[in-house]
Amino acid sequence: MTESVTHIHPKLLDILKSVPDPEIPVLTIIDLGVVREAVVLEDGSVEVKITPTYSGCPAMDVIGDDIVTAFAKAGMKAKVKLVLSPAWSTDMISEEGRAALEKYGIAAPLDATADKEALLGNKKRVKCPQCASKNTELVSQFGSTACKAQFKCNDCLEPFDYFKCLT
Amino acid sequence: MSLNTQRNISTNPTPPPSEGAGGRTQYILEIADNSLILGQRLGELCGHGPSLETDIALTNMSLDLFGQVRSYYQYIAQLSEEEKTEDDIAFLRLERDYKNVLLVEQPNTDFGYVITRQYFFDVFHLMLMQQLQYSKDETLSAIAKKGIKEVSYHKRFSGDWVKRLGDGTEESHERVQKAVNDLWPYTNELFEMTETAKAAVEAGIGVEASQLKEAYYKEVSELLREATLEVPESKYFHKGGKHGVHTEHMGYILSDMQFMQRTYPGMKW
Ligand SMILES: [Zn+2]
Repeated sequence: MTESVTHIHPKLLDILKSVPDPEIPVLTIIDLGVVREAVVLEDGSVEVKITPTYSGCPAMDVIGDDIVTAFAKAGMKAKVKLVLSPAWSTDMISEEGRAALEKYGIAAPLDATADKEALLGNKKRVKCPQCASKNTELVSQFGSTACKAQFKCNDCLEPFDYFKCLT
Repeated sequence: MSLNTQRNISTNPTPPPSEGAGGRTQYILEIADNSLILGQRLGELCGHGPSLETDIALTNMSLDLFGQVRSYYQYIAQLSEEEKTEDDIAFLRLERDYKNVLLVEQPNTDFGYVITRQYFFDVFHLMLMQQLQYSKDETLSAIAKKGIKEVSYHKRFSGDWVKRLGDGTEESHERVQKAVNDLWPYTNELFEMTETAKAAVEAGIGVEASQLKEAYYKEVSELLREATLEVPESKYFHKGGKHGVHTEHMGYILSDMQFMQRTYPGMKW
């Protein structure tokens, strides 16, 4: 995992940590790594820069609204800007975030090589989040949202989502 | 398209005065309109895909393309001196003002056509993004870098399916071969260099698409052969889209796409 540089004012971190991802509510937007910058401006208002996971991710508008609401509750005025660079990658998901994904039933992203083997080579690399078996099979490269692929477990027979590696 | 979040994606909102925003805008449309119209075509398949997995995949790809389009159009809106929004650019232009290639407006005749159209476009799209990331225009470069990751998945999916259909049953082979033959004449336009594109290359922001041609046909031909399909020999190619001269399908796409915005002007999600 590469450590990606973010500039988040420590005073703002707790509020940002209270905002969940609208589609995967067990992840906070900090765990997801979409918050790239959060600063207090001279006039006392807050500016937050977020980056989309996928260009068309419909959750980004909701995340923007949720950030503004969270700061409003704390009596602060916030403005959200979307930045495209540096492009988001799954390496920006925190360790806590990966653990939360697994617990929720979504297999966390593998490294780029193993991801490719699982998605293209039909190799058994993805671990079932239900029973931890690696006897799993790709159903479709595309899942319920742009960031996921569909898998099934051949041992416990449960279908599950795999969070695709994006680097 | 909602605009709740201020998508301030521009890193260099003011173009150098010598160049003017007009040329740049036109060039961006040549790239962006392909994603819009193909995204719309794929969106038509929502709930109508041949299986649940392919349905979801095709609409996921549609969403990626629309996401890219929003970034491009928001950038154009920023460059524009008029009060324009991304929605105006997407929904309120006339047919002649759309600069997409003819390939992407071809209909969803059957799954063979959908996949072949997608594959023919994806190979080009990835090559284009891989070059566009070196654009001197930082916003275009950022959009391209983001796009590369998404388009790589698209090409894997469509290429995989061309192989499965070509090397599948007699029926699937026959149908995908027909799609290949029918859509092949639309591929050459991808590499046409308009005056706008030439000026963009000159300014260091555009891609010399004509130089991608050889690698494109090599890659596509290899995959077709692997899929046991014949590579068409036709030397007759259609063009016109980049100049706003479209096939008969375009008007229907636009009337579908623009209906809400023209019936309820200024409506937002
Ligand atoms: Zn299992």
